Formats: sequence, C-alpha cells, structure tokens
Amino acid sequence: MATVAIRAPDVLIRGRKVVGGVSEGEALVTRQTISGWGGVNPMKGEIIETRHELKGQSFAGKILVFPGAKGSSGWSAMFHTTRLTGQAPIGLLYNITTTKAALGAVVMRVPTLTDFDSDPLDQIETGDWVRIDADEGIVSVWKGGRP
Amino acid sequence: MRLSDDEKAMRDGAQGPAVAKAMDLLIRYGEALGAEDFVYTDNIAGVPGSSPKWVKEYYAADGGDYRAVFSRFDLDSDEVVDVPRINGFSCHLQGGMDPELWREQGMTEEAFANFQADEREVAGHGIQVLKTCTPYLAGNVPVMGEHCAWMESSAVVFCNSVIGGRTNCEGRESTSAAMLAKRIPNWGFHTDEFRKGQHLIEVEAAVDSIFEWGLLGYFTGSAVEDAIPVLDGAISDAALIKHKHFGAAAASSGGVEMYHMAGITPEAPTVEAAFGGAACGQRFIYGANERRDTYEQLNSVGESPDVDYVMLGCPHYSADQLAEAARMLEGRKVHENSNLWIFTSRAVKATAEASGSADIIRKSGAKLMTDTCSAISQAVPSGTRVAAFDSAKQTHYLPAIMGIEGWFGTTQECVDAACTGRWNGRLG
Repeated sequence: MATVAIRAPDVLIRGRKVVGGVSEGEALVTRQTISGWGGVNPMKGEIIETRHELKGQSFAGKILVFPGAKGSSGWSAMFHTTRLTGQAPIGLLYNITTTKAALGAVVMRVPTLTDFDSDPLDQIETGDWVRIDADEGIVSVWKGGRP
Repeated sequence: MRLSDDEKAMRDGAQGPAVAKAMDLLIRYGEALGAEDFVYTDNIAGVPGSSPKWVKEYYAADGGDYRAVFSRFDLDSDEVVDVPRINGFSCHLQGGMDPELWREQGMTEEAFANFQADEREVAGHGIQVLKTCTPYLAGNVPVMGEHCAWMESSAVVFCNSVIGGRTNCEGRESTSAAMLAKRIPNWGFHTDEFRKGQHLIEVEAAVDSIFEWGLLGYFTGSAVEDAIPVLDGAISDAALIKHKHFGAAAASSGGVEMYHMAGITPEAPTVEAAFGGAACGQRFIYGANERRDTYEQLNSVGESPDVDYVMLGCPHYSADQLAEAARMLEGRKVHENSNLWIFTSRAVKATAEASGSADIIRKSGAKLMTDTCSAISQAVPSGTRVAAFDSAKQTHYLPAIMGIEGWFGTTQECVDAACTGRWNGRLG
C-alpha cells in the first residue's frame, strides 16, 4: 500500500496519538457516528446499520474518517474481529473520544489520531489519499486520490 | 500514565504474566483515552474468554482453547499466558445460546459443546455466570459512587443514571483485563466533571407507560447522540423496567451512557443540579410531532402485517414483566403461523418458575429462554421474515442484523400479534 508521495499534500492536520504507527491509503469518510456490534458485518468489513449513509460499503483496507463510535459495548470486539478476518480498516481518524473508539483502535492496532487542530470531516472526502503518521501526530491528505 | 507502585509491579510481572498482559493492555487503552491514572474496581461485568468455535480455530497455533482466546483476543497479547483464577467480583454478561433450548434456536451440537466448555472455564476462573444483559436484576447491584467496569450499553446507562454507580461503556478486552488487574482508566464517568448534563430535553408529550419511556429513549439518543441529556417535564410513573427500556433505547439510537431526569434520577434533584453549573447546550422539545416521528422511524422497517416472530425480553425481562406477559397470554395460544420467544436471565427465570408465570408462558406455546437474545445469538425461528418487538433497542438492531422486517409496539400489541399472526399496532 505504501507509496512515495510525488507532490506535497493538499492538507495537513495535526492530532493526538491514540495508537502509534504509520499508515497510508484511501479515505472512507462519514459524518455519522458508527455502531460496532450490530452496525458492521465483521466478516465483510461492511457497514450494515439501517439508515446509515455508508450502509453496504466496506471499510476494509481503508482509512476510516468518522466523528466517533456509538451503540453497543461490543464495538471494540467487533472491530477487533475484523482484524482476525482481514477486513479491518488500516487507520482511524475520529473526533470524539469514547471508550469504544479508543479501545477499538488499540486492539485493531491500526495507526489512529484524534483531538485535531482542524476537523478532518471538513477536509477529507471519500476517495482522498491519506497518510497517518500517528507517532508524529500528522495527517497528510491528497485530494482526489493517490498522488 | 501515572502508575502506583502496585500497578508498576503488576505491569512488570509481580502477579504473573496474565496480570502483566492485562496491565499492558489497560495502559495502552488509558493512553489512547488520554487518562492520567487508574481507579481501583472490584465490580466487573464482561464476556471473558467466551467465543464461537471459529475464533478458537483462528488461534489453533496457540492451542485453540479458552486460554488461547483469553490471551490473544481478550488481553490482546502476542503470547499465550496462563489465566489464573479471578478473585475480584466479576460476572459474565449475556451469552450465545439458551442452555436448554439451543436446538430450537438453531444451534448445532458442536456449538453447544463449545458453549458448555466456555462456561466451565468461566466458572472455573471464579467468574459469576449471570448470563444476562441485566446484571442488576440478577445479583449485581452496585452502590452510588462505586467504580465499576461494565460492558453492555443498556447496563452501563442503567448503572450510571439510575444507580449512580460509575462506569464507562467498557469493551470485552478492557473488562477481561480489569478482571485480572482490578484497574480501569480513570476517565469519563469515573470523574465528577464528566457526569454533568450537556443538553436539555423538554418533555411535553406525556411519558408514563413503558412503551412511552422507550419511545422517549429512542428520541433522546437520536437527539443528543453520545452526550448526556437532562430530561425535564411530563415524565411520570418511574419504575425500574421503564428506566431499563429508556436507557437501552437511548444507548442504541445514540451513544447515551448516562442521563439525568430532573427529580427522578439520583444525581439530578433539579435541572440546575444536573447541569452542575455547566452551561446548557442545545434544547430539544419532545412533543406530539417528535413522538410520532420517532414511532414512524422505528416502524420504517415494517411492511407486511403477517408477523411470524415476536420477541420480548430486550433488555432481559424482569420478574414483573414475565408476570405481565403471563397475564396477557393466559388462556391464549401462539398462532400456528407465528412464534413467541421471551428472553430473561437464569436468576429471573428461576423466580418465574417458582411464581407460576413460566408455566403459563409455556402453556401458550411461547418459549421462555435465557442467556441470550435474537440479536446476540442471531437466532430467530427458521423462516422468519417479519418480526415484532416491544423493545426499541431490538427493533433498532435485529432487522439490520438479520435482514428481516420489524415492527415496534406495546407489549400487548406484540402478544396479540403472536396470538393472531397479524400486526395491528398503531400509535394511540
């Protein structure tokens, strides 16, 4: 998945490290909070919640950009299961810290940031190319896809 | 994170490798939250080590057993460690199937054998086998101010809001680790500041019955998402089962983990006290229109009136709810084209057996089940296409999980649907 960037990123966002590491890939963005247990199918890495704007879409291999987690306490275990099935996202950017999202990120072991200096939801769209350097607390965004 | 000497020693292995792995996970988790230290807890509710067969098979190289799953999944450890007997007060929440009616739930012999093996391990590790989403109805009632580490969103919101206990909505991995380390990050609902109300909901439509409490709960979660609402106005006839339905609904439509009801819940003697000096954020009105919209939203996944499955007991029914269901079912039969499954805990079922309601329920053709629910075990009667519920939470989840239609209504409407095979619910 890793690429060498051929041009400077269009957007830089700074955040606080939740889980360290570096990850790069295509963004999947939603302004709606995500339910883990009962809201995703861990075998497919797919959002299944009725009336969710991402219903039917898969986050497997994507950088998931979302406001935060909601719903059942099975959130972490459900996303943890996507790590077992190979359907996990490869990075997370979320705005609202909850125990669900924090624990889910920890056990998925994917680079994750929160507490940003500007809102990722205003600057990242589905399909943009995103690099998370969680150790440095930097998100780089290339609009429109892989640079 | 700032660790005490005891906590450093645990992390470094003074209490054995499992406790060290538990501390390692809790520290990673605490840092992810931005917590500064831990609180001590001796009241932990989770689903320690229980797993379906395929998860054990995934860890085949590590032994493929309870120990492997507890180490690798629950403690997120790279190595397998021996899991010692747990001495803290820990309990196992809901599980995957009824210990007797598992065949009716469509489970295989192999899955049942796996369930039994896990349960022996849970009991053998000193964890109380409550097998319910309502531990507070089955022997685990915290006290005001007690630091807990609970999973199960409906139990968490009950613990914080109704009892005044203190727990975040923990996950499987954090509760399993806390059972070993008796620590949980000092963050969120463990602190006074975090428990203050954020938004106000002014209730204008009369909210009295359990059905109305559930509707208001579903509206509340949709309105405030994961914030802490303060509800004021026309809420009456508070009772345990109404809080149970309200909280479960609010936790599933939003992420509500605590709510205040002025003059009703213990940390909200008044609206002002509930906000604790903090500014009121948004104000929402719950009136006739909001009530109707919420009802229609819940019923948007129902089309066919031919109901082939009615599920009651989400969250698990209390003894008084089983008694009420029995009164509604006495002398009636579940329709040949329909099924009625009612879920509760083993402890409450024992009470219903002694009190006679279990017998009445069974005589109607309904099944009284424990440990699980349709959503948790993905178990519905075979061929189910259209289900009906008296629980906003189950209506929220089950149709999405199973790809079926769903109706939401009163308990009476649900019982009538089970006995006639037809949905006749409407908003009165």
